[in-house]
Amino acid sequence: MSTDHAASSRMYYVVFLVLLACTYLTWQVAYFDLGPLNTLAALAIAIFKATLVVLFFMHARSSSRLTWIVVIAGIFWFLILMTLTATDYLTRNWV
Amino acid sequence: MADNSSAATYEHPAAAHQFESLNHQQEVSILGMWVFLVTEILFFGGLFLTYTVYRHWYPSAFAAASHEMIVWAGTLNTVVLITSSLTMALALHAAQAGERRTLIVLLIATMALGCVFLGVKAFEYRTEFVEGHFPGRGFQFEAAYAPQAQIFFSLYFLMTGLHALHMIIGLGVMAVMLWWSWRGRITPAYASPIEISGLYWHFVDIVWIFLFPLLYLVGRHVH
Repeated sequence: MSTDHAASSRMYYVVFLVLLACTYLTWQVAYFDLGPLNTLAALAIAIFKATLVVLFFMHARSSSRLTWIVVIAGIFWFLILMTLTATDYLTRNWV
Repeated sequence: MADNSSAATYEHPAAAHQFESLNHQQEVSILGMWVFLVTEILFFGGLFLTYTVYRHWYPSAFAAASHEMIVWAGTLNTVVLITSSLTMALALHAAQAGERRTLIVLLIATMALGCVFLGVKAFEYRTEFVEGHFPGRGFQFEAAYAPQAQIFFSLYFLMTGLHALHMIIGLGVMAVMLWWSWRGRITPAYASPIEISGLYWHFVDIVWIFLFPLLYLVGRHVH
């Protein structure tokens, strides 16, 4: 923990700047009409930002494997919630 | 309680007796916080799911309703929350280095940014109330989209309201952390309370990272 201590504060600033850049990007992209890609771009940027926060600000990167399992399980269960519901709602007008 | 090794075990006043060491206790408490955050993912997840289904059903009404959002306020709040996440991360950094004064300043900065966020949110809510966008009897919107737009605004107030509630709880947690840091209870050996509160704070930031594009930016490109 102490060896990378000084380096980590610089890393926080870098992550912060990337997050700001992504915020600007998502805001600007929203003004272009890209069809369904608008939502896709917004979500992709949001997922990227969230990943940065989890990995660097929340230190998942240097966490124990047990923590990793918990985090991934959480995301996985959320995806089950979304996907299984989508198989119903998003496919109703297919028939 | 193994007595033969207890003499060599490092005894910290904050260490509870069921743990082998303070380190063990910290690992367990951090894991515990993550488990709690997983339940929070699913708590907010239900609302994100509802949003997805209704937006899939009423895309144009959602775009029209989202167009009424005050985009500058949402963008400003995104920047404010990201900055507060930075000050929070730096606060933990200071706590681990034993820089008590820096820690206190950064915790106050984090809380101040949290208050700015809530202030901007209050301004938005006020504007939306005045414009008749709060769901209910006084709801006003283009007749063609009114019922569906009301669903959007219901979700908007529910999701941002729940998020704001988390912010308020976060401010309460930070107030305790500030008190503990002030009293000198937080030390490099016992910085885990700051780390755990930080995890919660960053999680609330992440929720906003998703709320911002989904609520404010959906209808930007349509006129």
